Amino acid sequence: MLKLTLNGQPVVLDADPNMPLLYALRDIQQLTGTKFGCGAGQCGACTVHVDGEPVRSCITPLSVVKEKHVTTIEGISSGDALHPVQQAWLDNKVPQCGYCQTGQMMSAVALLAQNTNPSDDEINNHMQGNICRCGTYPRIKKAIKQAGVMIQNVKRASVNTPNTDTGAQS
Amino acid sequence: MISKVTRRSVLKAVGLQGPGLVLLSPALAVAATDNTVQDDFPLGVFVSIAKAGDVTIVNHRAEMGQGILTSVPQIIADELGADWLRVSVVQAQGDAKYGDQSTGGSASIRNHFPYLRQMGAVARDMLEQTAADIWQVKKSEVKTLNHQVINVKTQKALAFGDLVEQAAKLPVPKAEAVTLKDESAFSLIGRDVRLAGQEEIVRGEAIYAQDIQLPNMLVASIERPPVVGGRVKSVNATAAKKVAGVVDVIQLKDRPLPTNVKPISGVAVLATNTWAAHEGRKLLEIEWDTSDKRVALNAKHNSAQYLAELVSAVNTQGQDVRREGDVYQHTYDPDKTLEATYTVPYHHHMSMETPAATAIVEGDTCTVWTGTQSPQWAKGLIAGELGIDAANVTVNMTSMGGAFGRKGKNDFTLEAVELAKAVGRPVKVVWTREDDVKHGFYHSTSANYCKAEINTQGGADYWLQRVAYPPIGATFSLDAKQPSAGQLSLGFADIPFELEHLSCEVHDVETHVRIGWFRSVANINNAFSLGCFVDELAVKAKISTHQMWLNLLGKDRIVDPAKEGFEKWENYGQKTESFALDTRRMKAILNRVVKESGADKKVNKNEGWGISYAHSFNSYVAAATKVRVDGDKLTVLEMHTAIDCGIAVTPDRIVAQMEGAMIMGLSTALLSEITVKDGVVEQNNFYDYMSARIQQCPPLFVYIAESQEAPGGVGEPGLPPVLPSIVNAIYHASGRRIRDLPVNKVLTV
Repeated sequence: MLKLTLNGQPVVLDADPNMPLLYALRDIQQLTGTKFGCGAGQCGACTVHVDGEPVRSCITPLSVVKEKHVTTIEGISSGDALHPVQQAWLDNKVPQCGYCQTGQMMSAVALLAQNTNPSDDEINNHMQGNICRCGTYPRIKKAIKQAGVMIQNVKRASVNTPNTDTGAQS
Repeated sequence: MISKVTRRSVLKAVGLQGPGLVLLSPALAVAATDNTVQDDFPLGVFVSIAKAGDVTIVNHRAEMGQGILTSVPQIIADELGADWLRVSVVQAQGDAKYGDQSTGGSASIRNHFPYLRQMGAVARDMLEQTAADIWQVKKSEVKTLNHQVINVKTQKALAFGDLVEQAAKLPVPKAEAVTLKDESAFSLIGRDVRLAGQEEIVRGEAIYAQDIQLPNMLVASIERPPVVGGRVKSVNATAAKKVAGVVDVIQLKDRPLPTNVKPISGVAVLATNTWAAHEGRKLLEIEWDTSDKRVALNAKHNSAQYLAELVSAVNTQGQDVRREGDVYQHTYDPDKTLEATYTVPYHHHMSMETPAATAIVEGDTCTVWTGTQSPQWAKGLIAGELGIDAANVTVNMTSMGGAFGRKGKNDFTLEAVELAKAVGRPVKVVWTREDDVKHGFYHSTSANYCKAEINTQGGADYWLQRVAYPPIGATFSLDAKQPSAGQLSLGFADIPFELEHLSCEVHDVETHVRIGWFRSVANINNAFSLGCFVDELAVKAKISTHQMWLNLLGKDRIVDPAKEGFEKWENYGQKTESFALDTRRMKAILNRVVKESGADKKVNKNEGWGISYAHSFNSYVAAATKVRVDGDKLTVLEMHTAIDCGIAVTPDRIVAQMEGAMIMGLSTALLSEITVKDGVVEQNNFYDYMSARIQQCPPLFVYIAESQEAPGGVGEPGLPPVLPSIVNAIYHASGRRIRDLPVNKVLTV
């Protein structure tokens, strides 16, 4: 038995500790928003957060995430309210086929948690592990910048009213 | 889980009630498209309306990222007169009642625009007839506007929802009998509307083939023969069966060559979860048999040697495809004559989602969930495999995580069907990335030869071109040795130049891997060779590449290759005048990209512009790329494309397709190739079949021509001119002429 916190909820998994997190999320937890793209940590489609850090769940064994906090795409919105990154993705009509986009967004959320005003180079450095075969990169860049501004605005608002939960962070 | 659900309950479930656009997941759409939408009244097969007035429109084509999930309903909704924010979209199943659903050849709009308008007009006609009956006036005295039918004289209005119950009782008029709107009255076509399916994607709720989960389902991972046509000689599954979660190991049946689009045999490990299936598979011990005469030839296939043979072939006279005048009875002036041979390696689609399909076989019925571009083809193939009536086969079309032509073949769907039948439980077949790369239907490796003599006007009178590549036909027939007339019409023998003397020739070749359709197909190698050759001619003639194109295209005219020596010309299946090859539009789109990009302006040292042009799938595209070359280091600085696709139905998705084409052009020209050694594909995954990453993507610019011409294709036409524009830019920046792709063989990218 393996315990972890998944999208804020305690979870107990009865699975091989060598099983990559990706398959536990998809097959056992039925959270199919996290995608298989390569199985080799090459493409980023399977990106999730472990204790806030982006990791490739296809090469992360369950044993590594024991007792840790795992966040998937299903865990970044608050009910109907989208995360600013998701909203910016919608506003910029980023997705084509959409398959890589949950991984792209999870990488972007992690970037913006560190830096809400990333330069082009910083975006390139942080996002180069996420492949999009449809070719949505220019829109991803625009959406990350827009989401950064949205997050700054939310932070500013929450500074003015310190007790308000913004609900925007993962 | 799969259960019967109404559209309304889904709206509620995902919290999207009210104005907005909803994509039902395909699994849910099983129920919703057929019998269970009891509170919706059908008006023909594409449109249904609830009493509350909410409209549901079916998208019957396959969504793979091109945005057809929006465009098909958008066209129908425009003709219907619906308020887009009150339209929901449902993905159809594979069903002949919708007409052609094979989604390829950039055909969804270019081949079906009038038909889709008729489907909207049929529903509108029923609403208008009902309103006319209620008001006791002629149908000509009512019109539909913004979700209402209006009495033109009295200005009274009836909402769609108030009319639909009665309207649904009318006989559905024949599609040809209804009147279409005047094009000047389009209210949605040509506008950027809210896109269908995007919110599900950003929430991680879109359902792809890989995401299907059914009760009691097993997941299958299959070890396939490394050489095409190979068979299992022996298998030891003892260790595989000991892996926790593995339920069964099943040998797929042997199949003869040609492979067609069917499975290629192998050994499947079936388990209760994906991980166990993959782990068990690693422990299989399989001996393969490649002794069959043809298979043994495949096992000797080496792509480098094969390509060298294609190059030799095209440097000799081939079989005529098109001939005007006589290019052979002429003494060429060596100072004005240029010869060049260009090569392109095998390519693979590399869609982000690897193939996957789920099947249930119960008695004489079968249900599948699959990411397919060809749902009706799948249906027929499944019925044939199982020996059952096609009417008993249900094909649910999931979202596809990319396809680019790969998922037009249903081999993976048939694997799921074969295994589900064998094991008597639902089976999901999932391909690993290595499976996908090593068992693809590849874009042909090819050699193109060009020769021309520059005339005194800076154009050409003598032009010779030859091509050799393994044809798609070889996947279906062992006798196929050369491309079909349709394939030869993809930017090769339909060359639009005004030439006194022209010869287009082809060579026979043997085929040793599975060949398939890849985004824009043979336009890739043909536009690459032609685009580079025109640039080389321009350099030789000491004029701009832009001017050389204009000189070669000549005066404004309609080109009819069928009347100019290429009797078998196929214009992408379009015979009507509205899709005529028009040199005026060709020149205009070239002029546009040069003007917008500034490709004719001076550049800094080590920088250069390259341009090119190609017509494909009834659309015209010109590309301009600016690069910098420092020593052996290439940097792509900016890329531009201009497209004339006639009426631009969903402009934002056209921009998106052009952006995607530029990035795929980067990958294809610079980074990737499939090579084969001893019949086995050498690449494995994204680390050795590379795709452009975000830091390699320069700023991109797209221009769409204003046009009222019939809508042409969009998904594919962007790609062909991009490759030569990059390679030409490298020449103009560095003086290095590259004729063999990919570029990373000689430059660091």
